[in-house]
Amino acid sequence: MPIITDHLTYSYGGKKKSQTAAVNDISVKIDDGQFIGLIGHTGSGKTTFLQLLAGLVKPDSGTVYIDGEDIFAKDFNLHSIRGKVGIVFQYPEHQLFEETVFKDVCYGPKNLGLDSKETELRAYEALKLVGIEDEVFYQSPFDLSGGQKRRVAIAGVLSMKPRVLILDEPTAGLDPAGRKEILDLIENLCKSQNMTIILVSHSMDDVAEYADRIMVMNNGQIALDGAPGEVFRHREELESFGLSLPQVTDALMKLKDSGIPVRTDAITIDEAVKEIVRVLM
Amino acid sequence: MFQDVTLGQYYMADSVIHRLDPRVKLVGTLVYMISLFLFNNIFCYTLAAILLIAVIAMSKVPVGYMLKGMKAIIFIMIFTVIFNVFFTSGNNLFSFGIIHISREGIRSAILMVIRLTLLIVSASIMTLTTTPNRLTDGMERLFRPLKLIKVPVHEVAMMMSIALRFIPILMEEADKIVKAQTARGALFDSKKLTDRVKSLIPLIVPLFISAFRRASDLALAMEARGYHGGEGRTKLYPLKYAARDYVSYVLLGLYIILIVFLGIMSARVVAHLTAENAYLSLIF
Ligand SMILES: Nc1ncnc2c1ncn2[C@@H]1O[C@H](COP(=O)(O)OP(=O)(O)O)[C@@H](O)[C@H]1O
Ligand SMILES: [Mg+2]
Repeated sequence: MPIITDHLTYSYGGKKKSQTAAVNDISVKIDDGQFIGLIGHTGSGKTTFLQLLAGLVKPDSGTVYIDGEDIFAKDFNLHSIRGKVGIVFQYPEHQLFEETVFKDVCYGPKNLGLDSKETELRAYEALKLVGIEDEVFYQSPFDLSGGQKRRVAIAGVLSMKPRVLILDEPTAGLDPAGRKEILDLIENLCKSQNMTIILVSHSMDDVAEYADRIMVMNNGQIALDGAPGEVFRHREELESFGLSLPQVTDALMKLKDSGIPVRTDAITIDEAVKEIVRVLM
Repeated sequence: MFQDVTLGQYYMADSVIHRLDPRVKLVGTLVYMISLFLFNNIFCYTLAAILLIAVIAMSKVPVGYMLKGMKAIIFIMIFTVIFNVFFTSGNNLFSFGIIHISREGIRSAILMVIRLTLLIVSASIMTLTTTPNRLTDGMERLFRPLKLIKVPVHEVAMMMSIALRFIPILMEEADKIVKAQTARGALFDSKKLTDRVKSLIPLIVPLFISAFRRASDLALAMEARGYHGGEGRTKLYPLKYAARDYVSYVLLGLYIILIVFLGIMSARVVAHLTAENAYLSLIF
């Protein structure tokens, strides 16, 4: 289910006011099963772009094709993509509303018109997937810890079995352990369920390790787009966008600058360690 | 979805009207509104309209922006017109079947529309040119004498200004929740009423929770900074009348004298109308 955006443009307050567009003429193609890291400074237009991809706001011009269909065409029923493209908003736990965790996760599938058996099955699977224990199922979602709430909210989207999962800063406000939990969960979804993932963050370190393609947004446009190693070669450009390299890449670059002939395309800590060991041996 | 609400919003500009003391604007608007109910004839309304147009011109608020707020009351307007035209008895102008349209009906419909327009526009010019904070400051100061009879004036004013401050925040929050629940398949835009009613709970529950969370955070932050109610509390920007405020009060006084004069005059003219020129009563 590839997603293609065609000269997608959107500005808040309508086109008349011709302020700088929040999303400005973006044309990209996203293939099945990709893990995309969408990076950009606060206010660069990431959230707006995601909402356009999920068909939640209408573009001023340009459009989005999902499965080859123009989702903003007049006769297109936007409700039909709800089960295909799932979006986890920033602080998704603020959207919990049901009396019990289980009921809340059932909300999405029920809206898709599934029967109650299928709905409950999906809710159960989704909650298991995010690692929520059975005894929590019938508690009020408002009594859970922050990390648990967040995982329940993510389960609420997963239960709709989307093939594309969009996450807007899913680790915001979590402690390092919670961050890792969420990121590992997302990676697992991409690998084992072959879901297309679009993960938004303003921190390179979050996505560098997981993404196989990185898009960098700046002023409503995609400024850089490519494999992580390739994107990180544009150090000055990234810095001019207010972004920094992942700490690992940064460390290797500094080593290289100081005369140690390491390659600088390592992204995970393991790779970096190997590279340094290789040079020093 | 929530972007078209302009009533009660501040329009930033630098004008004499913006700089007026909020007390002047509050008293002025109140007196102006009362004046609209004192008399019901075209001359008084003309005078009132002239004053309002002058104020709008001085305020530098674009007319289009003002009229956007009027959209909200268009239904009330239409309803008033229909009600007045069809249900006022008097000299029949024409009738079809059971429907009678009278001269008095048309007269009162026209006057009612003018009155409603002037009322709404005058209220919105006040809110458009005064920040909510200045407005509540003004009210607090005006109502201060009520403290003598144990009305918690400061507390009420504080609550009002916080409530006003929270409207845009909650609106933004509501917009986010609507989007999130839409993505989970809620049908806010559905044509079926049952779908829309069903989708209200997933909006209202999170909205309430967020309002309570924000309220308790704010209360904590206020207490942490030593807020303990109005007792002995001073203002960062105390209200002080300037020359322009006294001038405004004088002008307001002149306006009242003039409108009362006009009202009495036209009432006398109507009383002296004879049978032949009775049609004139349509305008008076
Ligand atoms: N609801 C809104 N109303 C008006 N402007 C907005 C709104 N949301 C975002 N913007 C503006 O659009 C631009 C892009 O915002 P956003 O998509 O939220 O960026 P990001 O998610 O990268 O921080 C910013 O300049 C922001 O100020
Ligand atoms: Mg954002």
